[in-house]
Amino acid sequence: MPLLKDGVAVSDDKWVRVEDDADLPEDCHALISMTRWLKDRDALLTRNKPIGVALESSDNPDEIMDDLDRFGLIAVDFPQFKDGRGFSYGRLIRHRGKFEGELRATGGVLVDQLHYLVRCGYDAVDGDDRITEEAWADANSRFSVVYQPTGDGQKTALQKRHGG
Amino acid sequence: MYRYDEFDHTIVKERVTEFTGQVKRRLAGELTEDEFKPLRLMNGLYLQLHAYMLRVAIPYGTLSGTQMRMLAHVARKYDKGYGHFTTRQNIQYNWPKLKDVPDILDDLATVEMHAIQTSGNCIRNVTSDQYAGVAAGEIDDPRVWAEILRQWSTFHPEYTFLPRKFKIAVTGHSNDRAAIKMHDVGIIIVEGENGEPAFDIYAGGGQGRTPMVAHLVGEKIPARDLLHFMDAIMRVYNMHGRRDNLYKARIKILVHALGAEEFARQVKEEFAKGGAGEDLKLPDGEIERIRAYFAPPAYETLPDSDAGYEKALAEDKAFAQWARTNLADHKVPGYAIVNVSLKPIGGIAGDASDAQMDAVADLAETFSFDEVRVTHEQNLTLPDVKKSDLYEVWKRLDAALLATPNIGLISDMIVCPGLDYCDLANARSISIGQMISERFADLDKEHDIGELKVKISGCINACGHHHVGHIGILGVDKKGVEFYQVTLGGSADENAAVGDIVGPAFTEDEIVGAIETIVETFVANRKDGEIFLDTYRRIGIDPFKETLYAAA
Repeated sequence: MPLLKDGVAVSDDKWVRVEDDADLPEDCHALISMTRWLKDRDALLTRNKPIGVALESSDNPDEIMDDLDRFGLIAVDFPQFKDGRGFSYGRLIRHRGKFEGELRATGGVLVDQLHYLVRCGYDAVDGDDRITEEAWADANSRFSVVYQPTGDGQKTALQKRHGG
Repeated sequence: MYRYDEFDHTIVKERVTEFTGQVKRRLAGELTEDEFKPLRLMNGLYLQLHAYMLRVAIPYGTLSGTQMRMLAHVARKYDKGYGHFTTRQNIQYNWPKLKDVPDILDDLATVEMHAIQTSGNCIRNVTSDQYAGVAAGEIDDPRVWAEILRQWSTFHPEYTFLPRKFKIAVTGHSNDRAAIKMHDVGIIIVEGENGEPAFDIYAGGGQGRTPMVAHLVGEKIPARDLLHFMDAIMRVYNMHGRRDNLYKARIKILVHALGAEEFARQVKEEFAKGGAGEDLKLPDGEIERIRAYFAPPAYETLPDSDAGYEKALAEDKAFAQWARTNLADHKVPGYAIVNVSLKPIGGIAGDASDAQMDAVADLAETFSFDEVRVTHEQNLTLPDVKKSDLYEVWKRLDAALLATPNIGLISDMIVCPGLDYCDLANARSISIGQMISERFADLDKEHDIGELKVKISGCINACGHHHVGHIGILGVDKKGVEFYQVTLGGSADENAAVGDIVGPAFTEDEIVGAIETIVETFVANRKDGEIFLDTYRRIGIDPFKETLYAAA
């Protein structure tokens, strides 16, 4: 699976997905489910190693909003491109929660969604082999004007009109 | 009318470029039809029974003469010489070729038109009152707010992959001509503090297989908070609307499942969080900038009555008949609102030929400050015609076969395309509409019956609004045979209601007779001044059941 971070292919993903029933390795960047985080939260808070959480599209990101600064990575799964919940999750985590780590979209995202993902706070995508550096660059240069402010700092048509 | 500035133009042009690339990839075989589907659906391109269908957006149903002429051009050059105006104030072309679609979009873009968000699970074209800005008693012009919503919802990064499509309607008038309570979100402009406009916001209305009337979820929301409140509704829906079942994915199901009060509480809680790092308040000057585009045209100071008009009314019976049904009061003395019927007797509801579109464009330019409106009841409106010009306008409409004097009468039906075009349909709608129209063709009879809204859908998806017809007709398929189920007492106005099923469905041969029996039952029971809906609400469904099924 190709991983792109800020539009650049990453060949050696340092994050290791640890299943819910597996022991947490001592010395690695561990990516665990949100369910596991919530269940073992007290113990995990004392862990002194990088940790990331993976959200299913049915998870509610409100439940981890107080913990965001603990995570180096938050991965949000898009089970299929039609399931757009992750766009809201991105906004909440990145723009409302001011999460500063890596926000990664995983699963069935389309090339034509990359622009929306970036505007919703994602800086990484782990999708199928059509999600290439070229596709990322192309999708993110298609639209030079946007109408909506999202907290990504991009100036909107409204702001440009009114001298912003 | 709103005019694009450089930013609006850029967005549409960049979209055409993107879609042109997607069509090229499809034609070159780089995309399968399955992969292409979500992309074309983002741009109003459907694959129907026989061909592609392209739906072009007409924001809040407002067009200039130049834009109408472009719609005629598209019909002539790329289609079979006609287009179909829809209940969402858009136009559909039934026969475009895929290879031509980029050229069509290029042509449309030259007159500030496009097919953006006319399909897909996104916020669709915002609809409004066809009498916006010209009806007396309006609180505020809904086009101003519809345009603000249009921009906010266009390519919204967070709300373009919703559980299901999302339809918003806005009215500024207490007489609801935009069916706002039958929308996912319906907005009524009310008087706020300090004479500022404010918004009563209804959510969870809709038709389809589970018809529901929307609930008030936000009262007197101030103008500066409109987008912020809408954003809160959209986020609650995007995060919590059902995605496991296509038929339970509209916001009405969420509102119903939570209860309107709980839904409103969640929206207000989300609203109170103050956005997600963005400022959704409109910058100073933006409301004024947009409002300026909708400033009243340069009306002349005229007496309210016009001698020439009165004379023509007295001398020309056909003109007088048309004036009686197809005109509406204008807020400015000496002017009238002209409704152009797209429901000729025996014709196809909502269809217009390229020549007819050109004729309406001419009339708009010459007599109506260059403006045309599309109504959700599939007619057109010339909003600003001087009374002294009405006779001439009527003659020209008549010459273009656009002067059927039936607005609001039984032959002014909403009819979906049905099995003649649509791959979802179970039954034909167009032919049923044509038969009913022909049965009631006698104008005196139509006038005697009075206001009666018949709405016909060819399947349970209810594109023909049958649930809210005074008489609704729903085509169903029973073991390969088309049947028609009848509902009574629906309404899409400020007293919105879903109709009641009258009894077992009728065959194609029986349905027109059944409608006639219903009308006769109404006529026999009505009291002075009552229209069908009044009588129905007074006497209920039983007398109709009796006359329809007694003999059986």
